Amino acid sequence: MSREMKQKLAFALLTAAAVVVVVPVLLVAGYIIWRGAGAISLEFLLSAPRHGLREGGIFPAAIGTVILTLGTAIVALPLGVGAAIYLSEYARDDLLTRLIRMAIINLAGIPSVVYGLFGLGLFVLFLRCGTSILAGSLTLGLLTLPVVISTAEEAIRAVPQSFRVVSVSLGGTKWQTIRHLVLPNALPGIITGVILGLERAAGETAPILFTVAAVYLPRLPRSIFDQTMALPYHLFVISTQVPGMPMTLQFGTALVLLAFVLSLNAAATIIRSHFRRRRSW
Amino acid sequence: MVTGAMPPTSAQPPSEGTCDAMTTTAVPSKIRVEKVSFAYSNAEALRAVSLDVYPHEVTVLFGPARSGKTTLLRLLNRLTDLLEGTRRSGHIYLDGQDIFAPDVDVAELRRRVGMVFAMPIPLPMSIRANLTYGLQLKGIRDRALLEARVESALRAAALWDEVKDRLEDPASSLSGGQQQRLCLARILALEPEVILLDNPTSGLDPISTSKVEASLHELRQRYTIIAVPHSVQQAARIADRAAFMLGGEIIEVGTAREIFTRPRDPRTRDYVEGRFG
Repeated sequence: MSREMKQKLAFALLTAAAVVVVVPVLLVAGYIIWRGAGAISLEFLLSAPRHGLREGGIFPAAIGTVILTLGTAIVALPLGVGAAIYLSEYARDDLLTRLIRMAIINLAGIPSVVYGLFGLGLFVLFLRCGTSILAGSLTLGLLTLPVVISTAEEAIRAVPQSFRVVSVSLGGTKWQTIRHLVLPNALPGIITGVILGLERAAGETAPILFTVAAVYLPRLPRSIFDQTMALPYHLFVISTQVPGMPMTLQFGTALVLLAFVLSLNAAATIIRSHFRRRRSW
Repeated sequence: MVTGAMPPTSAQPPSEGTCDAMTTTAVPSKIRVEKVSFAYSNAEALRAVSLDVYPHEVTVLFGPARSGKTTLLRLLNRLTDLLEGTRRSGHIYLDGQDIFAPDVDVAELRRRVGMVFAMPIPLPMSIRANLTYGLQLKGIRDRALLEARVESALRAAALWDEVKDRLEDPASSLSGGQQQRLCLARILALEPEVILLDNPTSGLDPISTSKVEASLHELRQRYTIIAVPHSVQQAARIADRAAFMLGGEIIEVGTAREIFTRPRDPRTRDYVEGRFG
């Protein structure tokens, strides 16, 4: 084979590899839209399931997922951003820091079902939160922390060091510099990271299985100590636990969940590109 | 350091020029550096440096690269605190008060002793916000006062006429020369007592350079200025008093006239005459 042929072959193979990545995404999205679009109606979106989940809509599950996503954000945002600020601005390179970093890396590697069992043990049973939105949000928040911490830390580090020196030289304390200069400029990156973390949390089934999710609870939750339905778990139940379930409802549910997650993703992308254009460094 | 091979310059009577007139010993020094040694984690930077800086003068620190000028400058408002693993001995007094004493408010020190960096670094915000940033951190909220400081600082830095109609524009939209004057104005807004200038005209065109140099002559009426100049020529143009630094030591200090026309140390003479550097 000539050198030129090899060159062309390599190029073709690498292009193919890149294209292959796109194919499953398109197939999954396309197939779910094709099979599920028929189920989407105002009634489907705004009513509770009926007749052993075989009829009706997904309203309580959809609202439950939105609530759990917000709850996750409330848990993960302050903890994650706080940890990221500590790690990037205050931590020295010592044993404690290395332990924290190792913990974060390991946290990211824990299977989600283990989070579920951990949440059951710690929040539901030991801390007596019961099977509740509180316990589910805490569990999902833990699961989300590694993504939030690492993206927030990256965003904070991306703010040029020279800005910090200038701020300090103008009489700013370290905290004032972080609060008034570093965080505002890192915020778009932090928000992007949080949303990416939430996206994962929104679609998780295993962590909410033991901590919050209800198979059938047609009313909306009244407090954070209530159980709630949630889209991923609802989808799991109607796909595996309900004999004679109409397929369109399953695909319709999957489509709504997918749309929710992808719109979070789109929001993250828009925020990032909007601020990147305005950024002057 | 007096050496034997001195040219017979002592016959000249002391000049009555403005520079020399200010050297009378009756004036107490604004800043006194006393036997300061300083080392970074990987290199020694200053060795037993002593220096007196007098009010309302431009004192220049000049010498070849890596002679310790910038380090000395950064010690004067404790920007060196930001680095880890440094070692320091000796004392620096501002109006007689040890700036390294434990009860010193470092933020307040940095407002009193302001620094303009070699590279203009506008903060990523509007021109106005760059000027009010330090004031707001100090806790000043009064809008009228902030406005007044913005205008007076920009006027003092000879930038007001160029930016008065675009104060809300991002500071990064200014030209390099304007950015450098903005950085000076940002310090002036805090009404400091001492201004440290680290090569304030690096990267500026000759016209901007002469604007900055001209503004220094006006600024010393109100402030004490310590500058690391861009070149020996610039040092001679702007200095009232000059300290020649080499290898982390101050070789010779004197009035500008002494240092640039009849230096006592042969190393100073060689450097001023351009034999090395």
